[in-house]
Amino acid sequence: MPQLRQKLLLLYLHNADLNSQVVSWTLYDGTEKETHTTGDSDAPPYSSVLAAMRDGWRVIQFPQQFPAYPGMEYNTSYLRYEYILEKMEDTDG
Amino acid sequence: MDPKHLLTSRQMARFVNDGCLRFDELVPDDLNRAACAEMEQGLLGVEPMGTPFLSLWPGRAIKKVFCLPEVEGIIHSLVGPDPQYDHHAVHIVDAGHLIGQAWHADAIIDVRTTHFDIQIFYFPHDTPREMGGTMLLPGSHFRRVSETDIARYQNFVGQTPLICKAGTVVVVHHGIWHCAQPNRTDRRRYVFKLRLNPTVRQVRLWNTDDLDDPEIPVILNTKHKWYGNEGRIEVVNRIKFWRSLTGNDRFDVLHLLSRIENRPQRELQAV
Repeated sequence: MPQLRQKLLLLYLHNADLNSQVVSWTLYDGTEKETHTTGDSDAPPYSSVLAAMRDGWRVIQFPQQFPAYPGMEYNTSYLRYEYILEKMEDTDG
Repeated sequence: MDPKHLLTSRQMARFVNDGCLRFDELVPDDLNRAACAEMEQGLLGVEPMGTPFLSLWPGRAIKKVFCLPEVEGIIHSLVGPDPQYDHHAVHIVDAGHLIGQAWHADAIIDVRTTHFDIQIFYFPHDTPREMGGTMLLPGSHFRRVSETDIARYQNFVGQTPLICKAGTVVVVHHGIWHCAQPNRTDRRRYVFKLRLNPTVRQVRLWNTDDLDDPEIPVILNTKHKWYGNEGRIEVVNRIKFWRSLTGNDRFDVLHLLSRIENRPQRELQAV
């Protein structure tokens, strides 16, 4: 009986195009096979969200796009283009 | 203050752009060993916030580190003379601690645009990559986040681990994103972190002899790759900060602000 666990891949892109470059990335592994932490890699696992999709990752969240609130046009904060992807993997060896 | 110890305008531009400056092996070895011993022995306890910095730790090796002319010059250039002590910490990462700290920006959302604090990281011993020197994200210092709001980022293009020899001093803008790193060695890692507040307006506190250097706009226009599509918006932040630091409200990079500030009032008569 397969025991599926979720893996989450967060890819932050250069712009809203899913084919644009990854500028930041995060991995959470619910299978417990890997542990990830800050600064553990110098290069992203995929060059773009599209590349990750082609490797079997499913996009489960798109970033919402809002116009800047008046007066806030030049404020910066979180990375804007955050895409959340998942894979379900079997933990049974 | 001898101008030769102050930062140059180019260095200031680099600070404005990156949010950090590094000075390798600035502190001599005998002081490094003495300061490290003070950290190991827990001799540098908490001091009252707001204390004039110059009055702290008389006779201690750590005080001698911050009284080195080069270090005094760095401090003067950024926060002026007689800064106020905010807080300090002897940050320790134990041997074999294999999980990195979450990315964060210190304290709370800071909306100041014309004033800033500095944090000084002083590494009293050699800190190779595997020992887990603090990781910085250059160029993150203008972003408005509250502490570990940013904890779900793990890696960025351009993230910079501080790998350095003993005596290295790194000064950062108070808003820079950073995180401690895993220590994969069998030795404890120490870094002394000190936050200082200005007590004067931060305008032209450095050696401004090279203020008209044509390289300065180039430095201020250098976009960090992780900015993505927000690169030009971050350059706007730099322009505004440079205007504040120099007192020159007309400074610009590639007409970015002048263009949108252009609202001519002159009306032509109808033909």
